[in-house]
Amino acid sequence: MRQKNLELMVGLFVALGVAAFLILALKASDLTSLGNDQGYRITARFENIGGLKVRAPVTLSGVRIGRVVGIDLDPQSYEAVVTLSIDPRHNRLPTDSGASILTSGLLGEQYVGLEPGGMDDYLKDGGVIRLTQSALVLEKLIGRVLTSTAAGDAPQK
Amino acid sequence: MTAWLTGIGGFVLHNLTRLGRANLFLLRLLGALRFLFRRPGLLIKQLYVVGVLSLPIILVSGLFVGMVLGLQGYANLVDFGATSSLGTVVALSLIREMGPVLTALLYAGRAGSALTAEIGLMKATEQLASMQMMAVDPFERVLAPRFLAGCLAVPILTGIFTAVGILGGYLVAVVQLGVDGGAFWAQMQAKVELFADVGNGVLIKSAVFGLLANWVALFEGYEALPTAEGVSLATTRTVVITSLAVLGWDFLLTALMFGVW
Repeated sequence: MRQKNLELMVGLFVALGVAAFLILALKASDLTSLGNDQGYRITARFENIGGLKVRAPVTLSGVRIGRVVGIDLDPQSYEAVVTLSIDPRHNRLPTDSGASILTSGLLGEQYVGLEPGGMDDYLKDGGVIRLTQSALVLEKLIGRVLTSTAAGDAPQK
Repeated sequence: MTAWLTGIGGFVLHNLTRLGRANLFLLRLLGALRFLFRRPGLLIKQLYVVGVLSLPIILVSGLFVGMVLGLQGYANLVDFGATSSLGTVVALSLIREMGPVLTALLYAGRAGSALTAEIGLMKATEQLASMQMMAVDPFERVLAPRFLAGCLAVPILTGIFTAVGILGGYLVAVVQLGVDGGAFWAQMQAKVELFADVGNGVLIKSAVFGLLANWVALFEGYEALPTAEGVSLATTRTVVITSLAVLGWDFLLTALMFGVW
């Protein structure tokens, strides 16, 4: 009888441990990140990707539809080649869709935002997005504002 | 001058021999694990002693650590209007660091010291020697079940600690402070990776810490001087050495797992 009670308690202990790991796997971390390689790949070329990182989200109308899976440099054109893995459920992206690198919030992480185009053909695995907009680099923006105000001030004097 | 150098040499040699003996001890212990296939009942008993009986302290500590993380995180993030990432802060700090490390430290205090005292007293009262007289190997009968039970219990306890901690953070953040519950979980899920965070942090780290804690506890007990003072000294050493080893290895593992090269 005592041995049975002991086994019951240990069984409960192990079950509690398994439940804790399940909570951590299902509730705290996103299991869908496992289905990474099931998506189809499309590439986009940017002049400047700013602080974009691998695994950054790819969104369409604010909904996450994929992830950045690779960032590379084209040695000929010196452009950044960003590979996106898109969830196969969203396979109706027109070929003339645009991609831009956006920032969530003022200091948040950078992500790739897609804007659908109007063509009847859809992007397939290995497709290329031609219409891209580079990341907004804050230093360049400030520099432009400063030079434009300086240029604006000069004629008044 | 010579006496000083002799002192250093003696210290180094003493510790190196001790380390060597500890490694031989671990090898014998691992060899004796086969015995548990024949007597799994011994393992169940020890899992109860080191695992189930450690649950209350792990549950309460986990809950409070999570609640404190929630409060501190909120107090700092509210200045930036970033309270929605409170879930990420609480979950990542618990999963990567606080869960494995605090569980190992609590385990060393709650179960490790008890293991050392038990083995040390068994040695002092010559129970281990009398087992050998009866051709019963104390490594198989006494040490192996305790070792394996401890190595299994620490990862389980770490998982429970972490899960309860996240729940504690949720209680403070969402229920008490009014952070949006959806954002709390969504931001957490967006940032916490299953293998890179939960696998590395909760599973691998806690497995390493479990091995360290039980190895040190059993070795110190086995090597304790068979006197009351020797056992008390060994118990203290268990807690001190385990704590230092866990913190040192934690730095190494963190540098390997999450370091930016």
